[in-house]
Amino acid sequence: MRIFDPHIHMTSRTTDDYQAMYDSGVRALVEPAFWLGQPRTSPASFYDYFDALLGWEPFRASQYGIAHHCTLALNPKEANDPRCTPVLDALPRYLVKDSVVAVGEIGYDSMTPAEDTALAAQLQLAADHGLPALVHTPHRDKLAGLRRTIDAVRESALAPERVLLDHLNETTVRDALDSGCWAGFSIYPDTKMDEDRMVTVLRNHGTDRVLVNSAADWGRSDPLKTRKVADAMLKAGFDEDEVDKVLWRNPVAFYGQSGRLQLDIAAPDPLHEGNSILRGGE
Amino acid sequence: MLTTREELDDRLPGAARAWLDEALAEAAHATDRPDTGTGTPDRPDTGNPPSGTGTGNPPWETRFASAGRHCGTEHADAVRALLLIEARPAAPDLARLYAQGTAAERRAVLLTLHRLDLGSAALTLVEDALRTNDTRLVAAAVGPYAAAHLDAHGWRHAILKCLFTEVPVEAVAALADRARGDAELARMLHDFAAERTAAGRPVPADLRTVLALTATPAAAPTEES
Ligand SMILES: [Zn+2]
Repeated sequence: MRIFDPHIHMTSRTTDDYQAMYDSGVRALVEPAFWLGQPRTSPASFYDYFDALLGWEPFRASQYGIAHHCTLALNPKEANDPRCTPVLDALPRYLVKDSVVAVGEIGYDSMTPAEDTALAAQLQLAADHGLPALVHTPHRDKLAGLRRTIDAVRESALAPERVLLDHLNETTVRDALDSGCWAGFSIYPDTKMDEDRMVTVLRNHGTDRVLVNSAADWGRSDPLKTRKVADAMLKAGFDEDEVDKVLWRNPVAFYGQSGRLQLDIAAPDPLHEGNSILRGGE
Repeated sequence: MLTTREELDDRLPGAARAWLDEALAEAAHATDRPDTGTGTPDRPDTGNPPSGTGTGNPPWETRFASAGRHCGTEHADAVRALLLIEARPAAPDLARLYAQGTAAERRAVLLTLHRLDLGSAALTLVEDALRTNDTRLVAAAVGPYAAAHLDAHGWRHAILKCLFTEVPVEAVAALADRARGDAELARMLHDFAAERTAAGRPVPADLRTVLALTATPAAAPTEES
């Protein structure tokens, strides 16, 4: 079974996670830039973070046979902090990088005017750079937030098929799919969405334009949730082709719109096979 | 060894060859005008690159960044090296390009340093790469430029870094020349081997290779016991 996790924050995870993900079938992932839990106070700390998503983290992933791509953006929460908004001006030089496959995560957190501005500006940046966009939907006031998000997408230069609306649930899936956008579901160990409810969503709404991710990060989360959904789908009577569609072909089709996905995980060449991670550095 | 333009032309599909032609033309143009700075009387600085990439950097640098998706990741090092040789950025611009680059772009800069007539002005880039644990960067950092410019202390630590991170010492340019008769390097290698042995871990074969090279007397025969 091959699995593509379209939304996971590996910077916050360990090498044990990489190994367990590989053993579960994960061969590719996309790491969106997001909030680190601790607020940042200057643009420079974003740039170091972006550089890590374009340097060290893909190297770590490659040590475990997993292709790493990223999405870059100013996240909704920090879009409200004027100390961080200059990041918007620096994004163009990052969005030209080879392993950037979307602008993201963007969207709404508290639905403020500053978030409106950052969302519109970054949807435009995505259009300008030929990139799709990964749009997070808010955890609080979710349905209203989703509708406002869809309005922002409609007003943008980006076609809906180039937008992935993420963190959906039973109350938001219908509007999301009707909008023409792709629908992402983050499966958590508790509360927001679990694998059995995901199977029900797939039964009721089909597998077209649906993506499943673990959204694993520094919080309570599980990087193997993608595999658990695949197993739950098989148990519920979906066949292997449908599992492959949701867990591999759909994310490949969505991020493939960037023209930048590189999924041939090259066998490590003799110069690159050091295991500086496995030994824990120097 | 970097791939030549002719070799690349044989390997690249038509669209990528055409892209490379345009990219090299833009890179060549980069040498007739200041990349950054305040412009000249003839060419006032507009503050924007001609093709409006929105990055604030010259257009050839966008080509440099996007070489992987246009020419294939397997050719990206070679394409980026050709662009650098064509654009001949001055040391400060090269340092910015490196600092703003992905790991793949940084590797290409490191692999090309010895072709750019920089003197020792780019040594900080080599030192930066040798501080990382990314073996792709470490391997690229120990090329001919490091052989020519790293001082004895820095070079010895680069060798140790290769052994620690399992970068094959074949990657080290001028290894035999620089290791020859280096008693201090030999001491460091012996100490490292002793540490490994004490831990019950194998001594890397590459360590013995380098140690053997240090035992070769330096140029003129010294008073050997
Ligand atoms: Zn996230």
